[in-house]
Amino acid sequence: METEIELQETYDIMAVCLLAGKIMLQSGAETYRVEDTMMRIAASFGAYQSHPYVTPTGILFSVEGAEPTKTKLIRIVERTTDLEKVASVNGISRKISAGEYTIEQAYKLLKKIDQSGSPYSLWVHVLAAAISSGCFLIMFQGSWGDFFPAFITGGVGFLSLLYFHKLVQIKFFSEFSASLLIGLQAFFFVHIGIGGELDKIIIGSVMPLVPGLLITNAVRDLMAGHLISGLAKGADAFLTAFAIGAGIAVTFSFL
Amino acid sequence: MPIIEQLVTSFIASAAFVIIFNGPKRSLFHCGLVGMIGWMLYFLLESNGLDMVLATVIAAFAIAIAAQYFAKKYKTPVIIYSVAGIIPLVPGGIAYNAMRNFVQNDYNLAINLAAKAFMISGSIAIGLVFSEVINQVIRRSKLKSIVNKSQ
Repeated sequence: METEIELQETYDIMAVCLLAGKIMLQSGAETYRVEDTMMRIAASFGAYQSHPYVTPTGILFSVEGAEPTKTKLIRIVERTTDLEKVASVNGISRKISAGEYTIEQAYKLLKKIDQSGSPYSLWVHVLAAAISSGCFLIMFQGSWGDFFPAFITGGVGFLSLLYFHKLVQIKFFSEFSASLLIGLQAFFFVHIGIGGELDKIIIGSVMPLVPGLLITNAVRDLMAGHLISGLAKGADAFLTAFAIGAGIAVTFSFL
Repeated sequence: MPIIEQLVTSFIASAAFVIIFNGPKRSLFHCGLVGMIGWMLYFLLESNGLDMVLATVIAAFAIAIAAQYFAKKYKTPVIIYSVAGIIPLVPGGIAYNAMRNFVQNDYNLAINLAAKAFMISGSIAIGLVFSEVINQVIRRSKLKSIVNKSQ
């Protein structure tokens, strides 16, 4: 066991920890998991005293060694959902703890994960959203005749969410527009006689937009004592739910 | 027949949701299973006359246990499995109806429905908290055994 670590090495350890933390936070991991992973990685490289402070918009990380305490801060601007990355960083952190990787190897592997894209293509995503919309319709006691309208509505709704989000970087706007589009499509399908129950079609198609991961994370963070992160994620989830509701509400006020 | 229909659709819907969230391919099947277990429990309890809120708590609890089991077994973050299971329980339909009644100026019914949606969200949270409690109890007992060994 080494008691003193070199200055340069301390910075390297911090770089690895921060990169791992950044990837996990951006991909939608819970706050406590990010903090836990960073501390574990630091400890397994010999920095036994480390204090990560993670919020949804930034990470503060300080390492105590023989020299004065070093602290770094990184900002997190864009957050997406990429559970594959969370799982792979988790796997790497386990291997680091087992002593399988050096600092450089770990950094290179993490960098590779950071730069890797989504494991599924855009159309697989849209197809998944469409299929889940149809399935939710059946789960909520809809009739099989409405499966096709819900399939189309959900798929187009999700595609428009992605498109609007690329167009304008405001989450509220893209969710609002997508749900508005879903409402209009569902009304259209019912109007021309392909769809039967308007309510069921809208509920099923809106499900891919529902902030399920955010709600789950908010609750887990609050229970783990990360009050700031929990409240922030809860507010995020509420905003999304409100955007969806408002989009549907506007559709109804048209009718 | 409706049960088979529900089994198949809940499995597919949960697995599809994991694809939307970019979940690992190898866990798709297990996520579908977790979602199916949760939804079937909720569906059976609710269709047999149990209160919606209580049915949601029990289903969320079952999801939490199943998610913890798969997470331990495959050394994957628990969130991947619990998210897939929770999604079908989210009171989308009730929240939708509440919103619709608000727009149509039927505030009494709307508030009723909104309160119900809030209660169900709360019961999902309670189910998840149970999972956290179980997880910590297991972790603590493991920690104790490690400490005992090292002494």
